[in-house]
Amino acid sequence: MTVSNHRWRNFKNAVIQAATFACAVLVVTPLVLVFYHLVTQGFTSINWAFFTQLPRPEGEAGGGMANAIVGTFLLLGQAALFGVPVGVLGGIYLSEYGGPHLNWWIRFAADILNGVPSIIWGIVVFALLVVHNVSLFGHVLIPRGFSAIAGGLVLGLMMIPLVMRTTEEVLQLVPGGYREAALALGIAKWKTIAQIVVRTALKGIVTGVLLALARVAGETAPLLFTAFGNLGWAHKLTEPIAAMPLQIFIYAIGPYDDQHRQAWAGAFVLLVLVLAINIGVRFLTRDRFARRS
Amino acid sequence: MPLISTQAVSTPPDLKSTGAPALTVRNLSVSFGGNQVIKHASLDIAARAVTAIIGPSGCGKSTFLRALNRMHELNPEAHVTGEIRLFGQDLYSRSIEPVIVRRRIGMVFQKSNPFPTMSIADNVTVGLRLNGVRARKVLAERTEQTLRMAALWDEVKDRLHAPAISLSGGQQQRLCIARALAVEPEVLLMDEPASALDPLATAKIEDLIVQLRKDYTIVIVTHNMQQAARASDFTAFFYLGELIEFGPTAKVFTHPSQKRTEDYVTGRFG
Repeated sequence: MTVSNHRWRNFKNAVIQAATFACAVLVVTPLVLVFYHLVTQGFTSINWAFFTQLPRPEGEAGGGMANAIVGTFLLLGQAALFGVPVGVLGGIYLSEYGGPHLNWWIRFAADILNGVPSIIWGIVVFALLVVHNVSLFGHVLIPRGFSAIAGGLVLGLMMIPLVMRTTEEVLQLVPGGYREAALALGIAKWKTIAQIVVRTALKGIVTGVLLALARVAGETAPLLFTAFGNLGWAHKLTEPIAAMPLQIFIYAIGPYDDQHRQAWAGAFVLLVLVLAINIGVRFLTRDRFARRS
Repeated sequence: MPLISTQAVSTPPDLKSTGAPALTVRNLSVSFGGNQVIKHASLDIAARAVTAIIGPSGCGKSTFLRALNRMHELNPEAHVTGEIRLFGQDLYSRSIEPVIVRRRIGMVFQKSNPFPTMSIADNVTVGLRLNGVRARKVLAERTEQTLRMAALWDEVKDRLHAPAISLSGGQQQRLCIARALAVEPEVLLMDEPASALDPLATAKIEDLIVQLRKDYTIVIVTHNMQQAARASDFTAFFYLGELIEFGPTAKVFTHPSQKRTEDYVTGRFG
């Protein structure tokens, strides 16, 4: 083997290493750009009125997004109400009860659902709740039309497969020795699952729920024809409701500078919310791994 | 009087004192998906004595032990045939639930496994609490009583509410023994309880076994020949899934009737 051959190989190695490093850096660049724009444009547009006031009529300066901020939290609360019980119990089934064949199909379905474009979720709920009344025994439960319930349901449905898969994964991380120990004490299986297995994995489950909430918090497309948006307060869950992504969308495509400023401010607040959830999750998981020996 | 009901199957006390066997195993076979691991084993396990199960790795020691409290039912591949009776009652009868069997026959595992989300005291009482015992006084008494039995009380009495996983490995294993004892089982199964521990902690576990044998029927799986010789009254030698020899420990170790037993206990193989 000659010396030049050796140099040539070192050179190739250096080129490949540089290329992979450049691509890795490219991943971080958009985050930096997003932050730069949001902080310079968004942070400066935030004032007290943004959090406390309703939107003003078009063209009028001032006002805020109080209704959209409350709306986003209401929608997320409903989404959690719909999505978390089903997702967590489904994950428990997959991890603790299901047989291999049925589980394969359930996982497959959940993974497909995780990849379904969010606008399709919107259409489904639109067809289910918005275009006709939901009745039980002739009594109208949810009158037709855009509503906060429809918005909450669509976000909740999107959370289910996410929460289910993460719940299953963290339950699988609980060592089998704990299940055996509990069963060997003559503890019934469902109590073992509820009191030992789920308790051991609780932080992981909460993490999965929070990440799913962060994921759906910024969804816009499915809310366009379910929650619809509202320039004032929604007084009932059967009324259309405002949400930050919707308000950002409306303001961003609006003609006035003040609307654009509000859109930037809304985007900034939304990002801070999602970021806060993610940082909270990091905090939880760090503690979780520290406890594992 | 047991704290938690084991239905109408509590032991007639005279059986224990008359020297009748605690467990009678007849023609026991266990297979996993067509692979037969235990082949037609029959033996009587004496009450209030320590029975050691020895044999080379893969001979079916643990499989035999786990058949005794129906732990194999967690594995859908496992298939158990034959008969096991606890003081005369058929443990595999359709009318008896595995949960009840496991309340009467406790188990300590090779790897100590205290519940990581619970304190030391909560670990001891978990079997009672999840079976409906609520009275704080009863739970506190039981905690002290079983931790004393497990020779752990003096080391942990000032930090009962500390996390169980803050204990050392040997302490965790004694905690697991206390946890198993707290539900008042009649038989205690131990699957290589000291194999992951240092010699000092091992000695403590062995002392404990000798102590517990006054009140409990103990079956211990071990690959440590000295441990079997020191701590047990009877020894069963398994080889390739067959029970080769079973008898008083002194006899099995000094005058084994089978050549394979002699080869194993003298260290010629395994």
